[in-house]
Amino acid sequence: MYVGRLEDIPLGEAVRVEADVPIAVFNVDGELLAIDDTCSHQDASLADGWVEGCMVECPLHAACFDLRTGMPSGPPAKAAVRTHGVIVDGDGNVYVQVAVPAGATV
Amino acid sequence: MRTPMRTVAVVGGSLAGLNAARALRAQEFDGRVVVVGAEDRLPYDRPPLSKEFLADKIDVDELTLTTGADTDLDLEWHLGDPATALDRGRSAIVLASGREIVADGVVLATGARARPFPGAQFDGVHTLRTLQDAVALRRDLMDGRRLVVIGGGFIGSEVASTARDLGVEVTVIESDPIPLSRVLGSELGAVCAGLHGDNGVRLITGAVVTGIVGDGRVREVHLAGDRTEPADVVVVGIGALPNVEWLAGSGVEYDHRGVRTDAGGATNVPQVVAAGDCTYSHSPFAGAALRQEHWTNALRQPATAVTTMLGRTAADAALPPAPYFWSDQYGARLQFAGHRMPGDTVEILEGDLDSRRFVAGYRREGEIVAAFAMNQPKLFGKWRRQLTPRPATTAVP
Repeated sequence: MYVGRLEDIPLGEAVRVEADVPIAVFNVDGELLAIDDTCSHQDASLADGWVEGCMVECPLHAACFDLRTGMPSGPPAKAAVRTHGVIVDGDGNVYVQVAVPAGATV
Repeated sequence: MRTPMRTVAVVGGSLAGLNAARALRAQEFDGRVVVVGAEDRLPYDRPPLSKEFLADKIDVDELTLTTGADTDLDLEWHLGDPATALDRGRSAIVLASGREIVADGVVLATGARARPFPGAQFDGVHTLRTLQDAVALRRDLMDGRRLVVIGGGFIGSEVASTARDLGVEVTVIESDPIPLSRVLGSELGAVCAGLHGDNGVRLITGAVVTGIVGDGRVREVHLAGDRTEPADVVVVGIGALPNVEWLAGSGVEYDHRGVRTDAGGATNVPQVVAAGDCTYSHSPFAGAALRQEHWTNALRQPATAVTTMLGRTAADAALPPAPYFWSDQYGARLQFAGHRMPGDTVEILEGDLDSRRFVAGYRREGEIVAAFAMNQPKLFGKWRRQLTPRPATTAVP
């Protein structure tokens, strides 16, 4: 699934991709990481969250998720969010492989 | 050198109580942990009770706060059996059933209850605090044609919003000239008040409710000046009272504002700490004692109180984050952080009021001490982290 141009996702920022299940793509120190955009706790967009290191904090209730694994670091989130593979082609186009776990061999 | 504690009683079976129990285990307390709850169910999340749960969009299972990891904590639950006394002489918590729990340490986390409207005993008159309250209100709203909400605060506004979505005709009655002005100030209170009218809810301000009238079932609400509002259902949203009366005679210092604690959750009694909605605690951020009836406070304060009780030094002794709460109403997301005082000046930091998408700051002595956002969660997150704790130049009353 096409996300956008690499230059449109600056360092430390995130974009939300509208899909059946919305996905957020984060630029962490030049590495692109994708997770489900909707917090597993209650309805809030993680792309609006606060990124620190490899964690994102939900903007509503401060649930923290690891961007590499989707795992919550503690309450209030009880469940992980899905992670997704990200591919950047030679022309700087960014794609998400929905529901292909990050780091999986394609 | 204090003797090691063998049993800790956590009095309160909701968010603060659960997080106190979790914190005890996280901080390696390996003795017995007894959690006492007045309600006959495991801890559940209350914020959705006025929103998604009331609207029947989520079911009761989704409110559950406990997870599989909690079953490994070896907690002893006594639910549906409220504490009625703290007997210091015998170091015991006495429950309504007569059972006694002898404990070396106590965490008070009894929360708060909805303030009732005096004398309103009719069917169709509700307050909203518990799951049972929400179920009863939802049943009534399904057949109700006219809802009157007494109190234009956050709970009242959320109920009005949800009821409107369910097709109910809603009137909100507020005693102040501008709802939420005591929390947000008049300028931003007025912006929030505008949401009611925009969504087809009638708002009556500066109105004093003199009585709720009915014949078995509620019929109307009387206002000062001989006005009446017809009602099939009434929701009373006029604040909450801390559950502290059971501490009478215990020696623990409390008053109508809550159990008095320092910033670490310590009460005046050794080995008794308190956390959450039942407390009136010193806030280092505000530089004053506050009752923070906020979900976030009930989530975080217990760990601090447990650290204090165990006599440990907090790993993170840094200033705690600014007080924070949110509200969702009429599709708008409202967020507030910091500590506002009358006299703070409001300035728009991002966006504009007309678009209903903005972050506003409260400035005192040149510093932004609080922030309020409508439909702007990302930028709110940025400003929330830049708030200045109690400016040194400001005298605290």
